[in-house]
Amino acid sequence: MTTHAQLALLVSRVRYEERQIMAALERHGVEYEQVDTRTLHGGLADRRWPVVLDREIGSVRARYAAWTLEAEGSRVLNSASTIDLCSDKWRTSLALRSAGVATPRTMIALTPEATLAALDELGYPAVIKPISGSWGRLVTKLDNRADAATVTEYIGALTGPQAHLGYVQSFVPSNNRNIRVIVIDGQALGASYQLSDGWRTNIAWGGECVRCELTTELAKLAISAAEAVGAELAGVDIVEDPDGRHWVLEVNAGVEFTGFNKAHPELNVADYIVGYVKSVLADTC
Amino acid sequence: MTTTCPECAADVAFNDQPRLSEVVECGDCHSELEVTTVEPLSLVLAPDVEEDWGE
Repeated sequence: MTTHAQLALLVSRVRYEERQIMAALERHGVEYEQVDTRTLHGGLADRRWPVVLDREIGSVRARYAAWTLEAEGSRVLNSASTIDLCSDKWRTSLALRSAGVATPRTMIALTPEATLAALDELGYPAVIKPISGSWGRLVTKLDNRADAATVTEYIGALTGPQAHLGYVQSFVPSNNRNIRVIVIDGQALGASYQLSDGWRTNIAWGGECVRCELTTELAKLAISAAEAVGAELAGVDIVEDPDGRHWVLEVNAGVEFTGFNKAHPELNVADYIVGYVKSVLADTC
Repeated sequence: MTTTCPECAADVAFNDQPRLSEVVECGDCHSELEVTTVEPLSLVLAPDVEEDWGE
């Protein structure tokens, strides 16, 4: 019978974040097993790892690994239901709205034709996003009905029923600047601005990060958003409108923090994550 | 620690201890490379980015 470590670090692609987490685990003296999700298989076996830190980069593998290992009895961070929620923008919007978290006006439409009607109702400019996209890919700003008609026609030509869902949102002018707040175990660690030359500010699109003051209001908003989706480890993306009001765009369950760490060299996110993992290990083992 | 890029045969140097499954870029051909074994150190071309990757 194979003996496993108390902690599994689920990962396929070791990026800056995973290197930092591994180094922090070693600094803190936490024994762990690096488990490559590309080799993971099983189904309702006995529990292998009491605690699992799910850092799989792919949303599908991250979700199915979490569901499987939770069914085996592991405590997975973040939980399968949180990863599931956060990988679906509409279900995230519903969770945020039902928790009373401020989020831009958002609609879903179930066909391309209905998407155009929803956009007309929202007004322009508006934004259309894939339901389960990441890194800002295919997120498109629609300045007028002609743009919207063209994009919805393209969407209609895509294959697969999920591609035909239209997730549309009022565009919040934010001067090409978003705010990222990292929340760990219900505490806001800090905030950074994600700046860009274009309206999409994702770091994956070349946006850069600078320090942002973590006000009480921002901290409360981010904590509420993380709580709404049950995220113990979260990167909450917030946009500030010209009147200074803040709106939550999304909650990231597989939080990336390369840019945040550059803006906050004094805050080692990996150390905070590992600190939380240690407390979960202490409760679980 | 240094090894060879599987794409262009240039030297790929690591300042820190390489990690299994770590992804690095070749300084010469800019290919993304994945560490498949640490001892001995070996690299293969990293998988292409998939549509559900990332936050």
